[in-house]
Amino acid sequence: MLFFILKRVGMMVLTMLVTSIVLFLVLEINIESLAVKVLGQFSTDEQRLLWLENNGYFRPVYIRYFEWLARILQGDFGRSVVFQEEVSVLLWPRLARTGLLAGLVLAIAIPISIILGILAGMKEGSLQDRSVSVLCIITTSVPEFCSATLISWVFVFSLKWLPGTSSMILGFSWKEMILPVLVLVIYDFGYIARMTRASMAEVMQTQYIRTAHLKGLPFHKVVLQHGLRNSLIAPFTVIMLQIPWLLSGVIVTEYFFAYKGIGTLLLDASLRHDVFLIEAITLVAVFVAVTTQALSDIGYMYLNPKIRFS
Amino acid sequence: MTSTTPLLEIEDLHVSYLTRAAEVPAVIDFSLTVNEGETVGLVGESGCGKSTVAMAIMNYMGTNGLIKSGSIRFRGQEITTLGPEQLRVLRGNEIAMIYQEPMASLNPAMTVAQQLMEVPILHLGASKQTARASAETILSDVHIPDPERIMASYPHQISGGQQQRVVIAMALLANPSLLLLDEPTTALDVTVEAGIIKLIQEIARKYDMTQVYISHNLGLILETCSRVCVMYSGQAVEEGPVSALFGAPKHPYTHGLFNCIPLPKTDKRNAPLVPIPGQLPLPHERPTGCTYGPRCRAFETNLCDHQEIPYEYIEESNQHVRCCRWSEIKPEDLIPDKVPVANTHIGDIVLEAEDLSKHYEVESPGQVLSTILGLKEKIALKANQEINLSARHGETLAIVGESGCGKSTFAKVLLGLETSTSGDLTHDGIEIGRIGVQQREQKQLAALQIVFQNPVDTLNPSHTVGAQVGRVLKKFGVSQGKTDTHEKTLELLAKVKLPDEFYYRLPRQLSGGQKQRIGIARAFAGRPSLVVADEPVSALDVSVQAAIAELLMEIQREYGTTLLLISHDLSVVRYLSDRVVVMYLGRIVESGSRDQIFEPPYHPYTEALLAAAPIADLRVKKRDIILEGNLPSPLDPPIGCPFATRCPRRIGEICDSTLPDEQIAAGGHHIACHIPLEDLNQIDPVFAIEDN
Amino acid sequence: MIGVKPKILSRGFLATLINLRESPVGLIGAVIVLFWVVMAIFAPLIAPYDPLAIQTPFAKPGTAAPDGGLFLLGTDQKGRDVLSRIIWGSRTVLIYAPLATFCAYMVGIAMGLAAGYRRGWVDIFLSRMGDIILSFPVLILYIIAIQQFGRSNLNIVIAIIFASAPGIMRIVRGLTLEIREREYIAAAQVRGEPNWWVMIVEILPNARGPLIVDSCLRVGYVIITIGILGFLGLGLPPPDPEWGGMINQGRQVALMFPHMTLFPAIALSTLVLGFNLMADGLRETSLKD
Repeated sequence: MLFFILKRVGMMVLTMLVTSIVLFLVLEINIESLAVKVLGQFSTDEQRLLWLENNGYFRPVYIRYFEWLARILQGDFGRSVVFQEEVSVLLWPRLARTGLLAGLVLAIAIPISIILGILAGMKEGSLQDRSVSVLCIITTSVPEFCSATLISWVFVFSLKWLPGTSSMILGFSWKEMILPVLVLVIYDFGYIARMTRASMAEVMQTQYIRTAHLKGLPFHKVVLQHGLRNSLIAPFTVIMLQIPWLLSGVIVTEYFFAYKGIGTLLLDASLRHDVFLIEAITLVAVFVAVTTQALSDIGYMYLNPKIRFS
Repeated sequence: MTSTTPLLEIEDLHVSYLTRAAEVPAVIDFSLTVNEGETVGLVGESGCGKSTVAMAIMNYMGTNGLIKSGSIRFRGQEITTLGPEQLRVLRGNEIAMIYQEPMASLNPAMTVAQQLMEVPILHLGASKQTARASAETILSDVHIPDPERIMASYPHQISGGQQQRVVIAMALLANPSLLLLDEPTTALDVTVEAGIIKLIQEIARKYDMTQVYISHNLGLILETCSRVCVMYSGQAVEEGPVSALFGAPKHPYTHGLFNCIPLPKTDKRNAPLVPIPGQLPLPHERPTGCTYGPRCRAFETNLCDHQEIPYEYIEESNQHVRCCRWSEIKPEDLIPDKVPVANTHIGDIVLEAEDLSKHYEVESPGQVLSTILGLKEKIALKANQEINLSARHGETLAIVGESGCGKSTFAKVLLGLETSTSGDLTHDGIEIGRIGVQQREQKQLAALQIVFQNPVDTLNPSHTVGAQVGRVLKKFGVSQGKTDTHEKTLELLAKVKLPDEFYYRLPRQLSGGQKQRIGIARAFAGRPSLVVADEPVSALDVSVQAAIAELLMEIQREYGTTLLLISHDLSVVRYLSDRVVVMYLGRIVESGSRDQIFEPPYHPYTEALLAAAPIADLRVKKRDIILEGNLPSPLDPPIGCPFATRCPRRIGEICDSTLPDEQIAAGGHHIACHIPLEDLNQIDPVFAIEDN
Repeated sequence: MIGVKPKILSRGFLATLINLRESPVGLIGAVIVLFWVVMAIFAPLIAPYDPLAIQTPFAKPGTAAPDGGLFLLGTDQKGRDVLSRIIWGSRTVLIYAPLATFCAYMVGIAMGLAAGYRRGWVDIFLSRMGDIILSFPVLILYIIAIQQFGRSNLNIVIAIIFASAPGIMRIVRGLTLEIREREYIAAAQVRGEPNWWVMIVEILPNARGPLIVDSCLRVGYVIITIGILGFLGLGLPPPDPEWGGMINQGRQVALMFPHMTLFPAIALSTLVLGFNLMADGLRETSLKD
């Protein structure tokens, strides 16, 4: 078990390293265009050469990479071109806001989807199963920016109940959180519910569930005591993997509602070629993704007795 | 002592399955009476409805099963109409069930203790402590060593035999009145099976338990039951005391079944098996009148196909029969005239293995640190160790052993799917053990082919039969061009007794037996000099087994092929083989001609195997030998004799410390045992045939 | 080869589509998809106006057009007929999404078969590479790639292939690992069939079922991706109408003129819904096989 955890952590580190190398190469290998991005289009050739010289850009690539890596590991991401600030000053507050959004979404979506999934899967083919399945298919077919459009049309345009943007200019407001959270929950719960349903339905078909029935156990005990501990193993990994997905999906929603999180920061940065900011956000995002994947794998090993005690 | 009311009475039961297409009858007009203390066998081939009957008794029909009509009475009370609450009182409490696959029937996420304790807590209102104590007691009752350790284990951590004992223990915990056993030993090895059968017999005696034993194996029925009911295509066709049915079967199907089984009295040349002609009818295409009619050799038009055949009661022998001609049919009518079988000429040695070993390298979990440093410990899985055998042209050599003995590994090395670790394997003078399949020449590939065990997976589901057989013909150069290939494919189909139209069929449109025939056609297409038959009939129904075995023999005779038969089924081995090799834990423990193996002197393992194999013949009396313990791990085999840990005849230290030499008992008969030959010669035969 | 391959592929694919009639859900999905395919193919005939023609800006749905016709769904901020743009937009999306998905499949299948069948170093390398790519939050990957390499149709297709192939590879690898244990594979090996034959002729046709279901889902997902990219301003370059881009452009004035964003949103959602329903129907029917 310990051996496996170490192996997984090793994979994590490897992935981060490879990602950092690729990222660095893609964004910083072309030092001329880098200088243009940092100093602006209207800078002169001399200014660029001077800047490149002063910041050590004429040294070999691998030296630059290792220096860059060392700085990153100490938390120094450099200076944002666009916002003229230390990247770290910009990064963490935005990350916290995105974290809040993601946290709310998960807190609401996970219980709903698991319960729906179990209800659907325990009676496969029944009306409750078919209706839950169709509902999930419909909600996962409507991408966030479309559902955001539709929901805005209902709640902002027609009913005028809620504000259309969530930029929170006047300070934090729960009202402005509602729509982004709603959009993400609607898109997200369908996938988890379907996975839970599939897992549950598969478990209910097994021979050991038949044994439980033929032992004389009442239906609810069969589901709760025998079914759940087997059927919830797979959805656990799915849920863990929703976290990195949310990091992706949240970008669109933040953009739509002008919510000042990491997503809008990344979009701004990429539109304006703010190289160092892009690097920082990407590394943080990949780190979160890779950590949750590792935790998910380790958790799966732990929950599955066949693997845990082999 | 026995009450007058039968414990279980099934009367005129009709069960159907509702598919989207139509309603498919699975059990028709079925009646059975089980008195207290009896063990009644329910025997039949796949599709006969025996498992459906068991499910109907439990009223666990699933979403599309339906008890259409008829009655099932338990202790006089009708149970088909019970509500869910009342059913739960019955299930696990009064009527308990034991399943075919013990591993799948136990919850992988719960410990054995948790699963056992549920029963007394639910049905007997026991407290947790009482339940735990009962569970431990019952585990020792079913002869599980070290019950505490087993209680704390998860199902996948214990062996198959132990799992089944746990299932049996679970069933017994609530003191049921009726035990339903659905093929409880099919998934187990022969020697493990023998132990479970013994346990079942003990339970019947000790608790005076009433049991319904479902199986397709007539030998097992003979060992466990007092009465037996034979089912065919959803109906009961004959029923009665075991002595009556096995001694003088009255229904032609029962008769036909017995003629399909390779009993000791059969012989592939002089007294061959008599397959049942025709096919099992599809459930929605049953013929009018007698369902067995179209396949019956005593069929009479206008009599047998005219009206519904009643289930008659015969007073004298306390039997039931569903046949309108049973009183007039004589056994000779049911056996076709014997066709003389030519003697095969057995020629020179074509295959020779000399000290052949195959070790697999396995990564050990080992030390974390050493793994990180790259110093991984590699452990060898010793699948085959120092194998010495030979096979001659035209001969049938059988390799016998249970799972884990290494017979499949030997086949893989032979076919090139694996390469040997050391030693020589020569075929037609060329060493092939070290050459993998990719390096072998076309000629060599065509000369060594295989018939597989599992008919379901033996053919590629996405290609037609004709395409698959044709591919072999083309690849090995037996045919040239499209028309030639097509013709030769049809010839091959005819040889395996399949009609031309099967050329265009997909495998899922074929039955198990038909798929196996194609498998044989495919193997022989390239005119191989040696064919490996890996459990060719184990996955088939009894009646189909006989047909396929006969087909195999016929083709072998025609092409003069050497057949390497791999099997765990000793009856089939006795019937088909000329020479036999017995393997245990990667080593050969005994080898010799067929007759030499089946008579003393025996290697103690062979002795145990022979004693364990069930034989469906009343006249055969077998000795009782039960092996204790488990197969040692091939990762760490014993230094001395591999069988020493379980041998009932272990003589002492020498068995554990030294590998036995091969003793030569007679011409070509080798036994690897420390027991001196004179002592082995004194041992009584395992079975004796009593002629009454 | 004996002419086995083309027959099986066509029989398999077409047959599975025909089987859909047994699933009401799948049938509805197929009808929806068919509707949009017809729209896309016959766009020049069906669309009332040229999607690039600038006419009355900000016209509400149902307003009369200068030439006497009707702007059924209104016009956008540049005066272009929304309905025509939606119909022509279906052509854009129905060309690029299936194309990108198909290419991703070719790459993913090749990698998955190799990894699953050959195992050893090939498997380790491909799986690790796939794991690394899959750990990357997808959208970030797209954003960086397109920002760096520029917006063009080709770049977007390549980015989609790069992002989708590892997922497909994983599925194919899993199926290959399962199928290679079956006896007919051993039969082929014992015949001396070369590796490529075993992978393509023996293994791949039997992985059909799950792959066909996955392909429908994936096309839907790629359509969403193209839409998102368009919405974020990173999609297929203008002026070709593209639903995501239409929503983005109309966002600023959505409070006053919702029709500019609403109808493209509905169009995109229904198309993806069609593919998802088809996938569900295909899965249902494949279980009945």
